[in-house]
Amino acid sequence: MSRILLLQGNQAVVEGAIAAGVKFFGGYPITPSTEVAESLAERLPLVGGKFIQMEDEIASMGAIIGASLTGKKVMTATSGPGFSLKQELIGYACMAEVPMVIVNVQRVGPSTGQPTSPSQGDIMQARWGTHGDHWIIALTPASVPECFDLTLRAYALSEKYRVPVILLMDEVIGHMRERIELPDNYDEIPQAERKQPTCAPEDFKAYEADESLVPPMPAFGSGYRWHVTGLVHDETGFPKGTPAATKTAADRQYHKLYDNLEDIVQVENYCMEDAEYAIVAFGGGARTAYEAVDHARKEGLKVGLVRPITIWPFADKQMKELADKVKGIMVHELNCGQYVLEVERAVAGKVPVTSYAKYDNEPATPAQLLAEIKKAMAL
Amino acid sequence: MKQELRLSGTGGQGLILAGIILAEAALLDGKLAIQSQSYGPEARGGSSKSEVMISEDAIHFPKVTEPNLLLAMSQEAANKYSADLSPESILVTDSLFVSKLPAHTGKVYELPITHSAKEILGKALFANIIALGALVKITNIVSEESLVKAVLNRVPKGTEELNKKALQIGMDLVK
Repeated sequence: MSRILLLQGNQAVVEGAIAAGVKFFGGYPITPSTEVAESLAERLPLVGGKFIQMEDEIASMGAIIGASLTGKKVMTATSGPGFSLKQELIGYACMAEVPMVIVNVQRVGPSTGQPTSPSQGDIMQARWGTHGDHWIIALTPASVPECFDLTLRAYALSEKYRVPVILLMDEVIGHMRERIELPDNYDEIPQAERKQPTCAPEDFKAYEADESLVPPMPAFGSGYRWHVTGLVHDETGFPKGTPAATKTAADRQYHKLYDNLEDIVQVENYCMEDAEYAIVAFGGGARTAYEAVDHARKEGLKVGLVRPITIWPFADKQMKELADKVKGIMVHELNCGQYVLEVERAVAGKVPVTSYAKYDNEPATPAQLLAEIKKAMAL
Repeated sequence: MKQELRLSGTGGQGLILAGIILAEAALLDGKLAIQSQSYGPEARGGSSKSEVMISEDAIHFPKVTEPNLLLAMSQEAANKYSADLSPESILVTDSLFVSKLPAHTGKVYELPITHSAKEILGKALFANIIALGALVKITNIVSEESLVKAVLNRVPKGTEELNKKALQIGMDLVK
């Protein structure tokens, strides 16, 4: 049995979190992500979970890292200024390979910016916000039902690859309400499982991986003892800074994700079968693009939409294939032009790539985007 | 056919809730609906708008660009949110707050929404529900049955009869 509801994107994330089996949230509310914390504060105690409003965003990250180490599925949610604060411990979670989902409902920045206005200005921050070489996954939903689905997927990926996953939302999707059909109970939703060691506790090496390159992760208190550190470490989990250990650790973390891009990277194609020109847009920006494509089609223009659902790792293969297929590409995003840089890199001059960057705190209307498409197609 | 409505006024008048109720009534009618809003950082005061799109088909862009109806419950909202009205658009104002109508060649309803809430129900906070009654009477955008159901799903227990009365007052304001 299912129920039909009118939900905000942020509330659909909460439903997804409950369905995924999240048992701990540590966070500090901030517009436009507040509804995630607000609703989880209500929902988590009812499923035996814990909600803690921490003193700040850095502490929130510390709390969810600790809770994840005890074997729980964990979440935090924030927006721009809070996402900046979380970066230090996002790096720690990458280094220590601690699964978690960080929701970032983007707003206009930098700094306090505009709390209630939409933006997609954290694209690069989601990839490179913390220092040092590191590898991370970011997913961007473009509808309320997809907020639910991608929250589940974020946990599936995070647990499978032992990596922090960023659910990179924007104010348009986080705050709009639309129809969603949800199961009455979530018991039948498959739960992501963390791989467990098969050896005896005394033989356990915390970061020794099989061919999947993902080490098993026993819960603290389960009898397996291990050392967690932000220092470069070897398979024992203890610091080791030799050139060989440093490179081995980085290579494994890279390959555990980048050897599995087929599994991780998702891109939706809309009206692309016969398209001669492609719009690349995601999240709230894609909502404009669907409609602009519909209008273009009515006018006989062979335009389609390519919508990255996985923002990071970048959809290199898909963008290269796209460049072989179309005569031109326009990247539409609600920032001064971030994702377009990656598209340009992948396309490498094969076809013209133009940018329709909208950074005036309002989403583009379909008419505005259509006008930009026509201008670009005429070039 | 896609219907686009913009409910605007001052933060605290309950217009975001009114938009949610309207969208939920549309879902009860078996249609698709999107509700979105924009507001400033203030909890009360400041201009607020709540937009609702209702359609049989998928709605992609969630913001109103060609309003079929604008409800303005403050002078500032009437000025600020009326720029994209077309001659086919309907303008509904709360006559207690909007004394100067924005330039509009289409149909206008100047209704004593908040005045009726205070006079008949003793509380201005019923204005949003009265407005919903009036809007649905004017547009038939959702069925009255779904509207009543959607209102009752959202209002606090013990206020059902007052809210039903508020809807009726709103409907009766439209002649």
